[in-house]
Amino acid sequence: MSRPPSSPSELAHAFGPHLASAPPGGWHGPSRGMTDRLVKTHCCFCGQQCGIQLKVQDDKVVGFEPWEEFPFNRGKLCPKGVARYLQGNHQDRLLDPLLRTDSGFRKASWADALDLTARRIKDIQERHGKDAVAVYGGASLTTEKAYLVGKFARVAVGTRHIDYNGRLCMVSAGTAYKMTFGVDRSPNPWADIPKAQVLLVCGANIGECAPITTDYVWRCRDAGGKLIVADPRMTPITRNADLYLPVRPGTDDILLMGLLHVVLRDGLQDRAFIDAHTTGFDAVAASVQPYDPRTAAAITGVRPESIEQAARWFGEADRAIAMHARGIEHQSKGVENCLALINLTIACGHIGREGAGCLMITGQGNGQGGREHGQKCDQLPGQRSISDVEGRKHVAKVWRVQPEEIPPAGYSAVEIMEAIHRGEIKGLFSLCFNPLVSLPDSEFTRQALEKLEFFAVIDFFLSETAHHADVVLPGSLQEEDEGVVCSTEGRVLHVQQAVNPPANARQDWRILCDVAQRLGQTDRFAYQSSAEIFDELREASRGGVADYFGITYEKIDREMGVFWPCPTADHPGTPRLFEGGKFFHPDGKAHLSVVEHRESGDPISDDFPVFLTTGRVVSQYLSGTQTRRIGPLVDQYPAPRMEIHPRLAAQHQIADGDWVTITTRRGALTFPAMVVKTIRPDTVFVPYHWPGNRSINRLTHRTIDPRSKIPEFKVSACRLEKAAGPPASEREGKPVRLPIVDGQRGNASGGPR
Amino acid sequence: MSALAFFIDPSRCIGCRACERACAECETHRGVSMIHVDFFDRRESIASAPTVCMHCEDPTCAEVCPADAIKQNEDGIVQSSLKPRCVACSNCVLACPFGVPKMIVPMEQMMKCDMCYDRTSAGKRPMCATVCPSQALAFVSPEEIARDRREQPVNVFHFGNQEVVTKVHLMLPLARTALEIDVADQIWEEMP
Repeated sequence: MSRPPSSPSELAHAFGPHLASAPPGGWHGPSRGMTDRLVKTHCCFCGQQCGIQLKVQDDKVVGFEPWEEFPFNRGKLCPKGVARYLQGNHQDRLLDPLLRTDSGFRKASWADALDLTARRIKDIQERHGKDAVAVYGGASLTTEKAYLVGKFARVAVGTRHIDYNGRLCMVSAGTAYKMTFGVDRSPNPWADIPKAQVLLVCGANIGECAPITTDYVWRCRDAGGKLIVADPRMTPITRNADLYLPVRPGTDDILLMGLLHVVLRDGLQDRAFIDAHTTGFDAVAASVQPYDPRTAAAITGVRPESIEQAARWFGEADRAIAMHARGIEHQSKGVENCLALINLTIACGHIGREGAGCLMITGQGNGQGGREHGQKCDQLPGQRSISDVEGRKHVAKVWRVQPEEIPPAGYSAVEIMEAIHRGEIKGLFSLCFNPLVSLPDSEFTRQALEKLEFFAVIDFFLSETAHHADVVLPGSLQEEDEGVVCSTEGRVLHVQQAVNPPANARQDWRILCDVAQRLGQTDRFAYQSSAEIFDELREASRGGVADYFGITYEKIDREMGVFWPCPTADHPGTPRLFEGGKFFHPDGKAHLSVVEHRESGDPISDDFPVFLTTGRVVSQYLSGTQTRRIGPLVDQYPAPRMEIHPRLAAQHQIADGDWVTITTRRGALTFPAMVVKTIRPDTVFVPYHWPGNRSINRLTHRTIDPRSKIPEFKVSACRLEKAAGPPASEREGKPVRLPIVDGQRGNASGGPR
Repeated sequence: MSALAFFIDPSRCIGCRACERACAECETHRGVSMIHVDFFDRRESIASAPTVCMHCEDPTCAEVCPADAIKQNEDGIVQSSLKPRCVACSNCVLACPFGVPKMIVPMEQMMKCDMCYDRTSAGKRPMCATVCPSQALAFVSPEEIARDRREQPVNVFHFGNQEVVTKVHLMLPLARTALEIDVADQIWEEMP
């Protein structure tokens, strides 16, 4: 039974989250303003991967300096980037391995912790089979680590069940792009955005979740481009939208098919392009026939004249770009929504040219690179399918195993948690993932974690999920290791090591190798550096779709990033895909698929008449393990609020600031209301970055897209009741704020364990 | 003297507060931001706007200072109050037409944006305008702003009868050469 070993308040006292609000030594310390060196690297928070220079002194990150020469963001940063350096030297940092005891976590030696981990994994596998242990990875890891997690799971642990938190992020887009184009990557570099005459932004809160992309969007408008935004909420970029489409949650596919209907009705399609470069178009054309503007308006809640206008602008343009993110992807028909967007884009011939394409906006730090090289349950390095015979042979050769030793596809992230819950999977090894906060229906997740016979975690801060761990292995922050990441553009970048891991914390790949060796895999995990892992990754990706063979650290540094595919040393990389209408399928064509509308897996009803949708705020990142420990970011948006339209608020006599209980088919939680006219009157919104009684994922549901396996975070059904006041958990006071003083790390690694 | 100039375009602000966070990193006012982002009426709109010191040619803050503590340097940068002179009376805080100066009570001193003089004097751009992801704050050449933007820069403000000319420019829609702040300035009425 993997229950937390002490009370929430004891855990919070020992492990935080405490807030770091000042640089090491304090704002007025004697060393303030002194810097040994500037390290050119990238921000760890989000898939934009902005260039940033970290100020380093005495092996500590003490501040930052904009990196204006880096072409993607030209020195620009969001508040997360500005404050990111405060995660280093943090009092909550895990500095020693921890073992769970009846009375709390206690410090352990590395040898004891690693021995125990390997012994328990082997023990479970001997009793229940190899697949009784699962591995979770994450998309904030460098690509080397992500690659190694995949190899670790399949070669060292020998399990089918390896998946990652990108399953909550990019998989709907990835599935749709692979189906249509034969490759999972945004086709255009961001430099194409200002060249478009029309931008259609669907379900992408660019201003808060990809703030730097705002610069590209505004440049497009300065050049005369029109901005169309489809979203149930007016997000910040909507303030300059030429057309706003307030789409009802869960009906994006209908809206996009309605646009295609008008395009075809008015003859705005690019027939020559369709004929020469696509298959399946006629069936798609027939499928949008029912969705005339009036019909689409009735389903989507978008005015028919707005649908007409958007379709005409998009269809009449020579160059247009459709951009999308989790809004359309986090649905049980996330793949369909993406396919509908792709179908519209291709029908108009807006692909494979400067200023013309469809762009998925990556969410996590290495959301692109983290899914290319083998920590997805159904993929091997190079974006190869795990069922591809030739691909298995190639990777097996690189791994020095027999092809049949590589397990077949396993469960996806949500399915792994469900298999744990029903007792099929009994052991879990996890890093870079906080499923207790980030998976839907978190009460179910908590029950599952409590059923684990053995649970090992690599973490730098003790995440809420790690509270359940038997063994916690202290890993490394992004700035404590070297490696590559792939940005939202498909640009492979070089993350530099700025400082060493503190005390007894270690780089994640070294930990994985040590566990692998204790599982009997000595030779295949004998790396001495990240560069050696990268060299093997290059070879493993060679000949695959995501071919990195021609990329080296030196080439990335010289050219400020290299776009894959880059198959040879003298290859310049591929900033724009599909030029000349050449797609990645063997026939060279784009394969269009018909979209069939489905209801949400948690439909509204008389008992649950209001849509609940979730997302991010600009000052927090994912499950908040890092950003809930950075003072200025917490100050900016301390706790979740429920956005609600005045019309809906009036029905329940809710005023701004009132506490409101949201009830879904999973349970009920109470949040303060934020009454705003910037959301549909049939929808409420709550951001998801918090645990416990602030965790909106206790109310979301586990329905997943049948193809991408992404959960439906964006559409749940709920009802609202005004509450008498805040819940007890909100009356107990605020997080403790302690100053960080050099040499006094609080009790992050000590304490009563 | 830098050939670059400061331009504010509130209509491009996304309310992310990167500028405030970056401002607080300054070595002269460590941990405290000298600028601020406002959401005007969040119930009605997502509109937000950053405010930095406009660096007036004839700074009202300096004119009303009884201690002669607020100085303008040769570049036209209006600086924070001089610590030995400042009497912490807050005249400047009340008088500034843009609401910029801040009384830092523990220090008994008025501090304000000095356009990152430590950076601009060393050839760097101000921190806020460097990091701003959405072009709401920009420190670029007038030629670049004229080439890239469809708004035009304005630096003349009429507050009633007071005309204020500023070093910092506000980007306004074309055909606006000055910004009338007060509705009373724009209505027709018989003069007494």
